Amino acid sequence: MIASSGANASLNAKLGWATIVLTVIALCMAIFYAPMDRVQGIAQRIYYFHVPMAIMAYVAFFVVLVASVMYLRTREMKWDRRARASVEIGVLFTTLTLITGSIYGKPIWNTWWTWDARLTSTLVLWFIYVGYIMLRSYTPELEQGARFGAVLGIVGFIVVPINYMSVTWWRTLHPEAIILQPTPAAPPAATETLLVSMLAAFLLYCWLLAARTGLEAARDENRELEQELATGGATYA
Amino acid sequence: MGAFGRQIVAVLAKDLLLEWRTKDALTAMLVFALLVLVTFDFALDLRPEVMGVVGPGVLWVAVVFSGTIGLGRTFAAERDAGTLDGLLLAPLDRSALFLAKLLGNLIVMAIMEAVTLLAFAIMFNVQLDLPPIVLTVLLGTIGLAAVGTLFSAIASHTRAREVMLPVLLFPVIVPVLIGGVQATGVALGNPVARDMPWLSLLVGFDAVYVAVGAILFEYVLEE
Repeated sequence: MIASSGANASLNAKLGWATIVLTVIALCMAIFYAPMDRVQGIAQRIYYFHVPMAIMAYVAFFVVLVASVMYLRTREMKWDRRARASVEIGVLFTTLTLITGSIYGKPIWNTWWTWDARLTSTLVLWFIYVGYIMLRSYTPELEQGARFGAVLGIVGFIVVPINYMSVTWWRTLHPEAIILQPTPAAPPAATETLLVSMLAAFLLYCWLLAARTGLEAARDENRELEQELATGGATYA
Repeated sequence: MGAFGRQIVAVLAKDLLLEWRTKDALTAMLVFALLVLVTFDFALDLRPEVMGVVGPGVLWVAVVFSGTIGLGRTFAAERDAGTLDGLLLAPLDRSALFLAKLLGNLIVMAIMEAVTLLAFAIMFNVQLDLPPIVLTVLLGTIGLAAVGTLFSAIASHTRAREVMLPVLLFPVIVPVLIGGVQATGVALGNPVARDMPWLSLLVGFDAVYVAVGAILFEYVLEE
């Protein structure tokens, strides 16, 4: 039952080491290799963590959507465990996006926070999935919580573009993505640094997801054993 | 009228009759909405010259907050009365149950909003151009009630359900709130409001929210 059996555990350890090594490389590249931004100066270097965190947060919530749909179709608890794990990591990454963005914004916009479209929709996203975590901890029954979580995991992702569109119409200040523009305005060293940082963030996500899913599996099994003990305790005693 | 329509009418008639006899939800929502308006007057010192800018926000916060109170009762009341199991055992399509509960919430909320709009116009001396404002409030209410009905079924099964509904609901209905406030601002001639096709946007949100609610509702009430 427990996912972190021998082979899995060693794979997890390898994934962990790869994440650590690549994160250190990304850090060095962001500080020493990437060119100094002429306008924004040293503050621009936090971009190499801010952007990968933001993108991986969306990936995490997309995984929640997929796992939620799969749970409702198959009713296998492993999908719910993946959703639970991915929500937590997504919230963590969204929090880091908001914090690094705030630090980035202070020297560039001369303010820690502004109610711009992207900032606002990211904050709303954070609230939706914090609500998911609260809902799960307030729903005592596991199977029921899994269903409720799946419904919220689907609704939460469906409203992401709607939220984004409404706040964009409302107001916007955030710069457009430079890398994705047809004529690349960013120098190659900056693009390379961003790609390495993205890969590091992706590995970090995979590592955390594997570890967290394994932990949730152990927790579910523990809960099952406790229930078994409580109901059929006499036969074992 | 097909079987689906008859199921909707049956549940809706039951809920409206119950509400007509007790007036539980309507009383709570009305008193709360008026209290929000009065509280805003104390908090923001709402003189006529600021009403053009903050008026739409005041109106919508009153609608959303008191709407949440009514929405929270949708399934909590059934659970407390022990009638939810009966409702689930009845040969009802889950989508029909959802649409009936949604319509019931819409009707009660519309009555609350009519009184709130009247009080808003009188208390703050606002000239209301009725057709666009009524349309805006109704469109916003459909989106609010659709998500609210779905989430109230979820929240009624949790501990701390009074907290859970607004925590789940408010982030998801941000587009409705933005669209509603902006469209109301345009209707009131607010210079700060952005002149975008807010009403079409609200129609789009409503279509998505009602469809999502009707589809996902069956997974919420399963036992």
